[in-house]
Amino acid sequence: MEREKILEVKNLKKYFPAGRKKIIKAVDDVSFDIYRGETFGLVGESGSGKSTTGRTIIRLYEATGGQVLFNNEDVHGKKSKEELLKFNRKMQMIFQDPSSSLNPRMNVMDIIAEGLDVHGLVKNEQERRERVEELLEVVGLNREHATRFPHEFSGGQRQRIGIARALAVEPEFIIADEPISALDVSIQAQVVNLLKKLQKERGLTYLFIAHDLSMVKYISDRIGVMYLGNLVELADSDELYNNPVHPYTKSLLSAIPLPDPEYERNRKRIVYDPSIHDMSEEPEFREIRPNHWVRCTRKEFEQYKKELEERE
Amino acid sequence: MSKLLEVKDLRVSFHTYNGEVQAVRGVNFHVNKGETLAIVGESGSGKSVTTSAIMGLLPKPQAEIKSGQILFEGEDLVKKSNKEMQKIRGADISMVFQDPMTSLNPTMKVGNQIMEGLIKHQGMSRTEARKKAVELLDQVGIPHPEVRINQYPHQFSGGMRQRVVIAIALACNPKLLIADEPTTALDVTIQAQILELMKDIQKQTESAIIFITHDLGVVANVADRVAVMYAGKIVEMGTVDDIFYDPRHPYTWGLLGSMPTLDSEEEELYAIPGSPPDMLNPPKGDAFAPRNKFALEIDLVKEPPMFQISDTHYAATWLLHEHAPKIEPPASVKKRMEGFAKTGGKA
Repeated sequence: MEREKILEVKNLKKYFPAGRKKIIKAVDDVSFDIYRGETFGLVGESGSGKSTTGRTIIRLYEATGGQVLFNNEDVHGKKSKEELLKFNRKMQMIFQDPSSSLNPRMNVMDIIAEGLDVHGLVKNEQERRERVEELLEVVGLNREHATRFPHEFSGGQRQRIGIARALAVEPEFIIADEPISALDVSIQAQVVNLLKKLQKERGLTYLFIAHDLSMVKYISDRIGVMYLGNLVELADSDELYNNPVHPYTKSLLSAIPLPDPEYERNRKRIVYDPSIHDMSEEPEFREIRPNHWVRCTRKEFEQYKKELEERE
Repeated sequence: MSKLLEVKDLRVSFHTYNGEVQAVRGVNFHVNKGETLAIVGESGSGKSVTTSAIMGLLPKPQAEIKSGQILFEGEDLVKKSNKEMQKIRGADISMVFQDPMTSLNPTMKVGNQIMEGLIKHQGMSRTEARKKAVELLDQVGIPHPEVRINQYPHQFSGGMRQRVVIAIALACNPKLLIADEPTTALDVTIQAQILELMKDIQKQTESAIIFITHDLGVVANVADRVAVMYAGKIVEMGTVDDIFYDPRHPYTWGLLGSMPTLDSEEEELYAIPGSPPDMLNPPKGDAFAPRNKFALEIDLVKEPPMFQISDTHYAATWLLHEHAPKIEPPASVKKRMEGFAKTGGKA
C-alpha cells in the first residue's frame, strides 16, 4: 500500500546567531517524511534540535535552509495572508508547559475559540459556545469549565485545554512538543490515551517530540533519533528498539531506566563515544534495511550491515 | 540491620488563607543503615514535605508538625532547636535537590561552596578544606578538579552542576543523604551517570539514601525498599521486588500500569482516572477511593489500616482484609506478576 505523505522535510536547516561570528547549528540538514495518519516520534537529549525542528516546521522559526512541504506545498517562503491562514488551520501545536502556553487573562471559552474567531469558523455567539462546549467534552472536561480561567485548573486539565484549542480549527496535523513531560505519571497516561483516541476518531497525524523513550515507543509508529542537530537514525519503532544500529541510539536506549528491578540489576549501559566514527568522509543518511535509515559513512554502512546480519 | 532513621506517625499541616492543608497525615517508615529507600508519589502526595520535616526545613510559621516523632539515631529531630538542627544539616544528614541551578549560589565559586560545610562542621582550615574539596570533585567524576574548583556554577553543564551539588552533600560524610528528584531535570544519559555515581559512592561511604522520585524506572534502578505515597500517607511499602512484582494496592497498580514498558502493546494505557484529592478537605475514608475502580463500600467510610503481607511488605487497602472479595489486578500488572513467578524471581 502506498502511503500518502502529509509532510516532507527536506534538508531543513535552522541556525541561530550566538554572539559575534558564531552560529549555532541547532538543526543541520535534517530530512524525513511523515505519512498521513501516523505518529512520528522525535527523540533526543536537550540541545539535540528536536524542538527546534518542530518549531521550524510550523513556522515559529524561519528556516535557514531547506524545505518543508505540507500536502505538497512549501510551508516557508513568501505567502499571502490567505495562504498563511489556510496553512495555520491545518497544522496546530501542543506545547510542553500548559501553564505558560495559555493566556492567564483569557477564560477557557476565549482561549479555545480564538482559532475559531481568527478563521471565521463560527457565525454567531451561540454557535461559538456550542462548539467550545463540544470540544471541552471531547477532551474530557465539563461544559461548565468554559467560563473559568487557566489558573483554576490542574496541570493535566490545562494540557487538555491546550489540546482542545489545537483541535478547534480541525487540523490534519498536530505537533506535540513534550506534551506530557510536565505532568504526573498517572495524568500522563490519561493524556496519552486521549491523544490516541483522538487520532483514531479524527484521522490525525502527529509529530510527537519527547525525551521519554518508553512513552515515545508506545505512541509512535516510526521514530527518528536526533543528536546535535542531525537525525542519526530513523525506523519503525519496534525495529528501532530491537535493532538499533547507530552507537548513539544504542547508548540512548541503554540509558532508559525501566520499571523492572530485575532488568535494572542486569542493565549494562553503553556509553556513546563520538570519536569512534569513521572520519574519512562526511556521513550521509543511508537505508540499511527497508525503512530503516542511519547516518553513516560508506565504511560504517558495511560494518553496521554486518552487525545486523549477525544478530539475525 | 539497624535503623538509622525512624519516622513515627508524622503529621504536617500548612496553614493557608483557605484553611489547613493536611500535607502529611500519619506517616510511618524507617531507613536502615546503608540502604536506599525510595519514596514515590505524585506531586502533592507529601513526599517532599516529609523530607523537609526530616531536614527541619519546613517553612515557618505556615507549616506545623502536628504530631509524630523523627528519630535519627534515637534522637527526636522534631524537638531540636533551629541551632541544633544547623549542626546536623550538612553534617549527619544532607540533601541533594532537584534543580542544581537554584541550589547552588551563582555568585560563589564552587570550591568555596564545597569548603563551607567542611570549615563549619569539621573545623578544617581553609587549606585542608581546599584539598578535600579537590578530592571530592575528583570523586564525583569532574575532570580537572584543581581548575574547576575556581569556577562559578554557570561554567558547568547541568550534569556537572548536579555532581557539584552531590560533592557538597557528601563533603562531611553524611550518614543519611536525602535526594529529592535529583535527576528529574537531567537528560537520560546524564541521569544514568548520576545514578551510577550515587550508587558507587554509597558503596564506599555506606551512607543511607532516601530517594524521592516519581519515575518508577529510576526507583527500580536505585531502591532497596520502596514507599508509595498518596494523599499524605504511605499506601504501600515493601522491598523493590515486592512493589514491582507483587503490588497489592490499586494505586500502585495504577502507577505501574500507566507507565508503558518497552514491550507493551496494549491499545490503551491503564490510566488512573481523575486527579489527586484536595488536601484542604481530604476525603472521608480511603483518600484514593474516588479514583479507584476496585473501591469497596467500606473505603468511602473508613480508612484502611496497614495490612501485613510479609515481613517486608505492607499495604493499606481493604482488599487485603480476609472478608474482602477476591479481585483481579489489571492485565498489565498481572503480566508483570506472572512473568516474575515464571522465572522464580530471575527475569
